[in-house]
Amino acid sequence: MQGPDTKDAGRPGSAEEPAQVCYVFAVGREGEPLTEAARGLTGPTSSAVRTVYGSGLGALVCSVPAGLYDEEGLRAQLEDLERLESLARSHHAVVAAAYEHTTVLPMRLATVYLDDSRVTEMLEERSSEFDALLAKLEGHLEWGVKIYADPRAAAAPAEESASDSPASGSSPGRDYLQRRRKQRNTHRDAYRAAGAVAERVTALADGLATAKVSHRPQQGELASGPGENTANDAYLVSAERSEDFRAALSGLAEDVPGVRVELTGPWAPYSFATPPSSPQPEAGSRQG
Amino acid sequence: MDPALPGSGFADAVEAGVASGQNGFAEEDALAGRQVALIDLLDRLLSGGAVLTGDLVLSIADVDLVRINLRAVIHSVTVDDPAPW
Repeated sequence: MQGPDTKDAGRPGSAEEPAQVCYVFAVGREGEPLTEAARGLTGPTSSAVRTVYGSGLGALVCSVPAGLYDEEGLRAQLEDLERLESLARSHHAVVAAAYEHTTVLPMRLATVYLDDSRVTEMLEERSSEFDALLAKLEGHLEWGVKIYADPRAAAAPAEESASDSPASGSSPGRDYLQRRRKQRNTHRDAYRAAGAVAERVTALADGLATAKVSHRPQQGELASGPGENTANDAYLVSAERSEDFRAALSGLAEDVPGVRVELTGPWAPYSFATPPSSPQPEAGSRQG
Repeated sequence: MDPALPGSGFADAVEAGVASGQNGFAEEDALAGRQVALIDLLDRLLSGGAVLTGDLVLSIADVDLVRINLRAVIHSVTVDDPAPW
């Protein structure tokens, strides 16, 4: 279905015209739910999300200005954190809203085609692969489980109890050494405890989930939470078991000092949208 | 190029995102109605998602473009990168 509102879907190369290219958010099965999912959604430049069909599949797409989405334009967008965030949230908003209507295969950020006919070709070329993935994801949701070790949080209650009962009679020097030793032990204990919690999480989650993907632990400026992220996993969970999964993992480590379990989701199954034939990005041998 | 360093003003952007994220899709609480942390989103959008080559950015599948300037900010986008910083 060609969007009637894409006036002058200019060819790339007509330099003067504000040429449009086709941004792909997700692929689903052709049908009313997908059309319904597109209704009312807008893309990163506020143009309407629409569907492009081929081989019984449909892509959720929107027209975007070629100048912003060619290689140079994308580079500028993706390198600027605020623009990257804006694009990521826009992409996510469309995928998440669509996933409430029907199972869709989320595309990686910034998948761009020259025009609708190229999208149709892509759907035709990869229809069997998409079919298999959609069948696998049907009726499933993704949950994120992150585990943090936070020695300082572990130390806080320990210090409180220490000041409650001052070690009377010992020298300041010995106090200092004891404190240092305690800090070291607390640090070690927090990481050990995080490891133990991770094992519990894995055991619990494996019993409920269909598949698992490990993301790299989060570091750096964006990983703003206290403590160090020691595990960052995604689980594919059937919708029926989703609530059980959430319940089983919520507050799992609340009684473990220095360890925190964070649950995110439910997500559209981004982490499970890579074809089974190709290696998972997390385990791939890609070289930079 | 914006002179601001990557990450500066980021907290504000997150706040703005929180505000705008809440009026969008509130009909069902689950998938779309909640604001998510950018880093969790980027874990998924930059290393998850079906990878199509697309017509315009051949290298996007490898996130080559993204990591150039954002390395220090988004550690998690590159998987096998030895993290030289």
